[in-house]
Amino acid sequence: MPLVLALEAAYRQAKADPAFQAELSGYLTHYVGRPSPLYFAARLSAHWGGRIWLKREELNHTGSHKINKCMGQILLARRMGKTRIIAETGAGQHGVATATACALFGLPCVVYMGAADIERQAPNVLRMRLLGAEVRPVTSGSATLKDAMNEALRDWVANVADTYYLIGSAAGPHPYPVMVRDFQTVIGREARAQVLEAEGRLPDALVACVGGGSNAIGLFHPFLADEDVRLFGVEAAGEGMDSARHAAALNGGRPGVLHGSHSYLLQDADGQVLEAHSISAGLDYPGIGPEHAWLRAVGRARYLTATDAEALEAFALLARLEGILPALESAHALARLPEVAGEVGAEGIVVLGLSGRGDKDLDQVVSRLGAAT
Amino acid sequence: MSGARIEARFAALAEEGRAAFAPYVVAGDPDGETSWRILEGLAGAGADLIELGLPFSDPMADGPSIQRGAVRALAAGMTVDGVLGLARRFRDLDAATPLVLMGYYNPILNRGLESFAAAAAAAGVDGLIVVDLPPEEADPLADALDAHDIRLIRLATPTTDENRLQVIARRAQGFVYVVSVAGVTGTREADPAAISPLVSDVRGACKLPVAVGFGIRTPTRAAEVARIADAAVLGTALVDEIAAEIALKRDPVPKVLALASAMAQAVRFARA
Repeated sequence: MPLVLALEAAYRQAKADPAFQAELSGYLTHYVGRPSPLYFAARLSAHWGGRIWLKREELNHTGSHKINKCMGQILLARRMGKTRIIAETGAGQHGVATATACALFGLPCVVYMGAADIERQAPNVLRMRLLGAEVRPVTSGSATLKDAMNEALRDWVANVADTYYLIGSAAGPHPYPVMVRDFQTVIGREARAQVLEAEGRLPDALVACVGGGSNAIGLFHPFLADEDVRLFGVEAAGEGMDSARHAAALNGGRPGVLHGSHSYLLQDADGQVLEAHSISAGLDYPGIGPEHAWLRAVGRARYLTATDAEALEAFALLARLEGILPALESAHALARLPEVAGEVGAEGIVVLGLSGRGDKDLDQVVSRLGAAT
Repeated sequence: MSGARIEARFAALAEEGRAAFAPYVVAGDPDGETSWRILEGLAGAGADLIELGLPFSDPMADGPSIQRGAVRALAAGMTVDGVLGLARRFRDLDAATPLVLMGYYNPILNRGLESFAAAAAAAGVDGLIVVDLPPEEADPLADALDAHDIRLIRLATPTTDENRLQVIARRAQGFVYVVSVAGVTGTREADPAAISPLVSDVRGACKLPVAVGFGIRTPTRAAEVARIADAAVLGTALVDEIAAEIALKRDPVPKVLALASAMAQAVRFARA
């Protein structure tokens, strides 16, 4: 506890410090490449109906939204005088973003990654190593994201004095869910201004994929007070919600506590945490950020699901219609466009969080869809 | 009776002028029946207080040894009810040795705090340690346990400062568990000299006996800890013994109890 309390105090100070915000904003502009475009997907819109805009987080440096909160947290770590960075990663996007930020500031970086994920995300493992990070395989438990997080927490408690734990999603103990959300709200703040500029009004719906839920909460949060803007999160249904091989904590789990968060959790009848399953390693987490559980409880956001097969189909469709290879994570959000667009109607405006690019997933996609794709 | 067994045991040991030996094993490791035979033999091997681990799928405060123990127990079918069943069998056999369950919050929360507390009390459990439940969030569980006279044992670590100690002391009961190293179970060795000031501070702030655990592997180290603390906890070394014996396809019970016995002797005569 003392370490998370110290982190909370340091974050609160940094957040209120204009110099910190200015420094962060400078890196986001000149290093990350923000603002990311809000792109009108004309052919996708013609295909599904509605006016579909893509918030292009996949164009950020390192290829996903993960870099946003890495820049925020690494500046915070430096401010706190920490000299060593650790992280957990699932798909490797967060690991790559963390390794990148560490290279930028010359900080040693250890990334914990499930052995199963190392196998299915080989290109990102190479990237992390090239960036100077040490990738430590985690073989305990299911050898995926939750186990990597267990291992990172173990490292952190053993090395508190010099180490900053750079968590990748809006999960984990307080203040991480709040802090990661704050750093990711740049997505929603930009999107709000961009859609107002382009369309002259607010969108009718936002849609984003949800694993831990950081890109979704970052997109949603600046619109929470705009009650006419419908919010849709899309969880990974894996092989199907009736298969028990999915990663949909809200739709298929119950309230529980894991990694210091009280939220929804995939668990068995005895309260043991179940392995999550998804084709997308980045959604393969049995919990979900607590703020999503709250948004669902108060009825502000709705949470749908998309299966592995639906995500693959949506991946292929976006490639063909818009010339964009989405990350398999983001493809889950794309897969629910027919329902969302159907609900808002032909003139309805939809903003979709395109959280990452799909280069990392090519092996998987090709093996599942066949070379013809 | 319940939690009062803890106070009675520490009072009796204080009379004798020695510390308690508190072995920890994962309930159901490597399987329910073998685990029972270990539990059954521990008091005879010199255990003054027994910590029985509730196996959890994601034991992030534990090192690889105890995690593997939990994996073995869960794979062999251990459940919360199964753990309470072991506790009940133990209590039927031994009315005096305090039994403290140690685990993680989710299985307890999932069971329902009141229902868990009632079932644990009925099984003769005296105390509960929940390693991932900070005092800020612990009141509902503490209330449920209070109603059934079970002590919620608080933890202190080398990063616990004076302010934090006041928070811990507010509802501390039974004894306080001092984690002797910054880190997880079984990975670093405790340094009795370094931990001694923390033990004194905790004793001063909480006015309770202090148990030290997380870094004790050898009889020598156990004896050193027993000179400064009111109890020395031994966990990983016992769990390692189980792993080593089953790897050789041998019954782990004799070796586990032999190690417990050696450690108990070291603790018993540490201050002689």
